[in-house]
Amino acid sequence: MKNEMRQENFQSPSLIGNVLRKLHFDIPLLLGLLLICTLSFVILYSAGGQEIPLLIRHATRMGLALLLMLVLAQVNPRRFQSFSVLLFSICVLLLLAVMVMGQIGKGAQRWLDLGVFRFQPSEITKISAPMMIAWYLSEHPLPPSAKHVSIAVGLLIVPVLLIAKQPDLGTALLVASSGAAVLFFAGLSWWLMLGAVALLASLTPLLWHFMREYQRNRVLTFINPEADPMGAGYHIIQSKIAIGSGGINGKGWLGSTQAELDFLPESSTDFIFAVYAEEFGLFGCVGLLLLYLLVISRCFYIAVQAQDTYSRLLAGSLAFTFFVYVFVNIGMVIGVLPVVGVPLPMVSYGGTSMVTLMSGFGILMSIHTHRKLLPV
Amino acid sequence: MDRKFAIKDALAENRVFLSRIVTAFILIILLIAGLIVRLAYLQIVGHEHYATLSKDNRIKIAPLPPTRGIIYDRRGRMLAQNVPTYSLELIPEQIKNLDETLGQLQQLLSIPDEKIEQFQKQRKRNKTFTTTPLLQNLSEEDVAKFAVVRPYFPGVDVYVRLVRHYPYGDLASHVVGYVGRINEQELKSLPAAEYRGTDFIGKVGVEKNYESQLHGTAGYEELETNAQARTVNTVATTEPVAGANIYLTLDIDLQKIAYDALGEYNGAAVAIDIKTGGVLVFASRPGFDPNPFVSGISGREYKALQDSSDQPLYNRALRGLYPPGSTIKPFLGLAGLEYGVTDFGHRLFCPGYYRLPNVEHKYRDWKKWGHGMVDMNEAITQSCDVYFYDLALALGIDKIHEFLDGFGFGKRTGIDLVGESDGLLPSKQWKRNNRNQAWFPGETLITGIGQGYMQVTPLQLARAVATLANRGRVVSPHLVEQIINANDTDSIELSPDQVIPLKPQNLDNIIQAMTNVVHGARGTAGKLDKAVGYRIAGKTGTAQVFTIKQEEKYNEDAIDFRMRDHALFIAFAPADDPKIAVAVIAEHGGHGGSVAAPMAGEIIDAYLNPKTDGQHEK
Repeated sequence: MKNEMRQENFQSPSLIGNVLRKLHFDIPLLLGLLLICTLSFVILYSAGGQEIPLLIRHATRMGLALLLMLVLAQVNPRRFQSFSVLLFSICVLLLLAVMVMGQIGKGAQRWLDLGVFRFQPSEITKISAPMMIAWYLSEHPLPPSAKHVSIAVGLLIVPVLLIAKQPDLGTALLVASSGAAVLFFAGLSWWLMLGAVALLASLTPLLWHFMREYQRNRVLTFINPEADPMGAGYHIIQSKIAIGSGGINGKGWLGSTQAELDFLPESSTDFIFAVYAEEFGLFGCVGLLLLYLLVISRCFYIAVQAQDTYSRLLAGSLAFTFFVYVFVNIGMVIGVLPVVGVPLPMVSYGGTSMVTLMSGFGILMSIHTHRKLLPV
Repeated sequence: MDRKFAIKDALAENRVFLSRIVTAFILIILLIAGLIVRLAYLQIVGHEHYATLSKDNRIKIAPLPPTRGIIYDRRGRMLAQNVPTYSLELIPEQIKNLDETLGQLQQLLSIPDEKIEQFQKQRKRNKTFTTTPLLQNLSEEDVAKFAVVRPYFPGVDVYVRLVRHYPYGDLASHVVGYVGRINEQELKSLPAAEYRGTDFIGKVGVEKNYESQLHGTAGYEELETNAQARTVNTVATTEPVAGANIYLTLDIDLQKIAYDALGEYNGAAVAIDIKTGGVLVFASRPGFDPNPFVSGISGREYKALQDSSDQPLYNRALRGLYPPGSTIKPFLGLAGLEYGVTDFGHRLFCPGYYRLPNVEHKYRDWKKWGHGMVDMNEAITQSCDVYFYDLALALGIDKIHEFLDGFGFGKRTGIDLVGESDGLLPSKQWKRNNRNQAWFPGETLITGIGQGYMQVTPLQLARAVATLANRGRVVSPHLVEQIINANDTDSIELSPDQVIPLKPQNLDNIIQAMTNVVHGARGTAGKLDKAVGYRIAGKTGTAQVFTIKQEEKYNEDAIDFRMRDHALFIAFAPADDPKIAVAVIAEHGGHGGSVAAPMAGEIIDAYLNPKTDGQHEK
């Protein structure tokens, strides 16, 4: 079976294909991502008030992120593996540093100023946490024993709590789910999962107790947005109006009145999907979701094809986290999930999340394109 | 852990991993399907609902207030008009340094500090991109002063606004009323769509009563706006329809004559066109200037008006309650004749007082020594109280109540003004219900001379005498003659007249007696007896303000002015072909014949022998 695979790789007919493979590009994944990126320019032009400078900034970030992706694709996955512990430790230290001396950004401590540029350690954690868990579990036989699961959870919970305390519930959620995905793909027993769900459910009141006022409001608003139509519920109501008024066919490109006339807040960042849904209707929405599904499928394919446990677990986790991104964002915009600050991957305006996501795809490409070089 | 062990299990690991990937993929497919179902619900099922909300979000309706209708008197003279006034208004958003600008404007136009305060208060209520008035009623000079420096004040401009103005001031204030700013209470009950953009509403008088007609129909602009409510584009415009112009039955010349005739007395004069019921004069003195109410009367000014002992805000003609005094006598006499209790020629000796059988109390006649032998004609002409004590007793209070009720005593006339008083026409029933007491015969006696419980408004009195002059055909007084809309003219529909069945002979006798009051040798209103080409039928009255004790003499000079009797006079003319009916009450005037009758005479004379047109015009 593995021989066949190798042959398939070597027998590729196209010259360009060969060159691209030498450059460690995964063509289907790259095509899918480029399609989404192109779409993001189309939507952002409309949602951002047809501002060219905004598009230029978006393009710059996207170019840098793509570049980072391609650079990471060159790195051998073994290096990622060996680098996992160090990167994770640095992340935890940086998160602690943020807590201690971080600056106030948007009323929350997330940024670390390095003089030259500011960055959010929590973003890197989205990658380093699944790397760490994948490393730890791959060092031991699978499915993981209860002891190893406990240690893995213990490792995961440190950065999650640090990020949640910033407070950045969206990122904490994504980090937690990326780690959980690793455990899931490692073959975590269904009983343990059930137990964890039961434990979480029983902890909900405690969680409520520790939530900040605005976080509680978000949950309450999610349950009943009409209760406060001019305040906290405004986002969701205006977003639903935008989506619903789009109908099946949409109002057409640049036809979004909700965003155009500023009724929809954050229309170019977290709520950009509402603008898209208003302009392109149900058909457009289904199309975009299928595009995402395509990318996720390719990532899962990469995970299945991966040749060692670490790569497999990491690839599966990165793919699943990408889906969680999509689901949490769209779910929040269409009013089935509470509002947490998660952007629509690859589409929303904003640099940090794009860099993280592209890094993830770079690792996936690396995993896929370095297979043949791996000793069995 | 042992690494070999791990490698051994590689295949099993792979199998578990594959199954987990498949599980995750199925989960993802299901969740994406869930998102699509939710999207389909929003975009197909909810589409119409959300599309409407989206449109509402986008299209804002900006009201175009209609121009208020004008109020004219019966001869087309403007009683309420809209005058363009200059108003200095600011758009705060367009002003860089508001405080500095305000300071400069204050210096330039010497604006009082309180206006600045008012502006600051109002500014907070308005959107920053709409105009907020700083100074109203600018003089031409101020407008010119500002025009010179206008380029240096972006966001400040002089606007022309239509403001309600009442050129006759206090003369017709109780009829026309006034408009004022809409208050919160009124806002709740108004049709919101019609009054968006309208600041003023009729508060009293015709302005209030005919508010819906005067207001007109609001137009609107459909504006495309953004979330800050800033206009982006005008989509459509529906022009407003100006309010209807209203012609009153009132004659402002006659009103002025009546108002002037009341002179220094507080009181009221009402004149009615007998044929139509149109109110020609509706004067209540003192009046007040309604114009300050439009621009916003200051608390101090308002308090002064309210606390004044003369009560200028009180509409005496409509609401004032007075005992009718002897003016009730013709009606009582007619009742006696109609019920057959007495006849016109019945004679009675008047010794100057009347006594109920077996009762010590003396009911006095105004004439201490009595009138001697009098019949009904003489009793009316000379206003003999004793004759009517006797007649009242013969009729009994219930018959008196029944008969006077037909003439509208003790109930509203239904004139087209709000706030009319009921008056009071007592009966046994009334006293049981309200005082929980039996009716005493003595109370019937004093009711017979228009004293006691009985209370009438000047309007009621005028209507009653008009009905009498109209030979029992009940007159319904009203103030509005025509309502002229943009496309059609409404004449006021008169309710079908009720008719009190009266014997012509009895009527003629009473009218003759009333004519004698003015023109007879011993009539109490002999002052009016002039050769002017027509004859007046009238009746004087003196309403007691306080009760004189037994054996005490009423001494006009010795008592306080506030305790003096009210002077009343009712009349209609010409006696043989009645056209105008008048009721006049001069508070504390003392004598009906000498004080009130000449006032009524002036009104009647001006109406029946008009001078050249426009002579009394202001």
